Amino acid sequence: MMSEFIRKDGRKFDELRPIKIEAGVLERADGSAYLEVGGNKILVAVYGPRESYIRRLLEPNTGVIRCRYNMAPFSVDDRKRPGPDRRSSEISKITADALRPALMLENYPRSMIDIYIEVIEAEGGTRCAGITAASVALVDAGVPMKDIVVGCAAGKVNDEIVLDLSEYEDKEGQADVPIAMMPRTGEITLLQSDGDLTEEEFEKAINLAMEGCLEVNKLQKEALMKKYSTE
Amino acid sequence: MIYVENKDLVIPGQILADDEYYSGRGTFKENGKVCSSLMGLVSLRNKKLRVIPLKSKYVPKKGDVVIGKINDVRFSMWDVDINSPYSGILPAFEVFGREKKELNKVYDVGDVLFLRVVDVDEIKKAKLGLKGRGMGKFKGGIIVDIAPTKVPRLIGKKGSMINMIKDKTNCKIVVGQNGLVWVKGDEDMEQLTKNIIHLIEAEAHTSGLTNKIKNKLYLAIDGELPPEEVEEAEEEFVLEKPKLQNFKEELEQEEKEAEEKKKNEDKPDIAKVIEELKKKNKSKKDNSLSYDDNSNNSFILNNK
Repeated sequence: MMSEFIRKDGRKFDELRPIKIEAGVLERADGSAYLEVGGNKILVAVYGPRESYIRRLLEPNTGVIRCRYNMAPFSVDDRKRPGPDRRSSEISKITADALRPALMLENYPRSMIDIYIEVIEAEGGTRCAGITAASVALVDAGVPMKDIVVGCAAGKVNDEIVLDLSEYEDKEGQADVPIAMMPRTGEITLLQSDGDLTEEEFEKAINLAMEGCLEVNKLQKEALMKKYSTE
Repeated sequence: MIYVENKDLVIPGQILADDEYYSGRGTFKENGKVCSSLMGLVSLRNKKLRVIPLKSKYVPKKGDVVIGKINDVRFSMWDVDINSPYSGILPAFEVFGREKKELNKVYDVGDVLFLRVVDVDEIKKAKLGLKGRGMGKFKGGIIVDIAPTKVPRLIGKKGSMINMIKDKTNCKIVVGQNGLVWVKGDEDMEQLTKNIIHLIEAEAHTSGLTNKIKNKLYLAIDGELPPEEVEEAEEEFVLEKPKLQNFKEELEQEEKEAEEKKKNEDKPDIAKVIEELKKKNKSKKDNSLSYDDNSNNSFILNNK
């Protein structure tokens, strides 16, 4: 019954939107990545580890990361008022929190890594896409990491649990569960849930999202390998 | 059980081997597996696994030679940017001992220096010094920056790569371990050298690079390929401390000449100054004499 259910954009319940990832696209940044998922277009730049001008943020025993998620005014149908707002500051924080467990910055005490996530076009699931792209950019920058963090969402639409919600499904659907994880160990570094789900449905959604993460992770690896194998 | 081969390209989190292998730089152990923490090439030696990163930032280490740019002049030291997350300081006494001079007359903001890391403290601040041959300020030339991990590759085995470039382009080249390279020569050659260095950086992880670069150089300069040679032994991409080469002697020579010149320039100056001082003294004496006379006069007058 599940597999027969077809979504509005023609995908199966466990099908991801088409993804394209490219590493090292910016000349001046230490690391960068460009990512497209469905209608999302995201550009991530990583600078650092570098000396910080904000002394109070520095830690004496480890490096710190700072993240900025920003949506371009033209990224959505109605013009978005430029500048940080409640939503983008929340996403900035959870992105930094999702990436932090994977980083090994003990060798870079009193330094800072800046991550800039720019959403050029948005079509649902930007926070997961942002995390996915940011970790590719971090690897590109040569930051020591335990694993490549990957993000993916699952949700409930028309009483069905589905993978990778599009903008329409996000708005019309009943629930949205974005997660981020480290694929090697299966540790989850981000878990949010918005909407109503029964315990069973929630578990199902997480499992589906984790499968999606593993799928996206393959593409991340491919993108990184591609950058150096073609040269 | 090992899952990768020597010189394989790996990414962070990739499992490299089981417990019987040792975890070296760029790797970590978790749950009895050796995993990579960087994107780079595997180096396997005596059961020790390392990952040589493709990109990384320079972290100062005691004894390294680096190229730095003066960022700020302070009361008793210079702030030096050494292309790293950690800034370097060059204390004044490292340059002129206990003597006191005005710092910004010796090195000013924007000057580029060849330095040695004397010490690195707990907070990774690098204390720099000029002790060593060829250390000091660069005059002219251009700075090319590459990833610090590619420095051994640019120098090559026993300096094979860098010496070849030097011979062919007639440029002076100094490589700092922080990934900055100073090049001085003809303007065209400087640009050519810069391009070649960037090419080496981009293809550092491929094998047979020295020959490839050799062909490129010969083509660019002579317009023809070099004569065939007996095949060289395959190079290894190993992180080793780049040896200091003859550029130091060259630099030293140059510096000596410059110093001598300076001395010659200084001498007449000093003589002039002495003369002037003498003149001044004379005039002072005259003044004082006349003053004395006057005072005497007044004294006498008063007495009267």
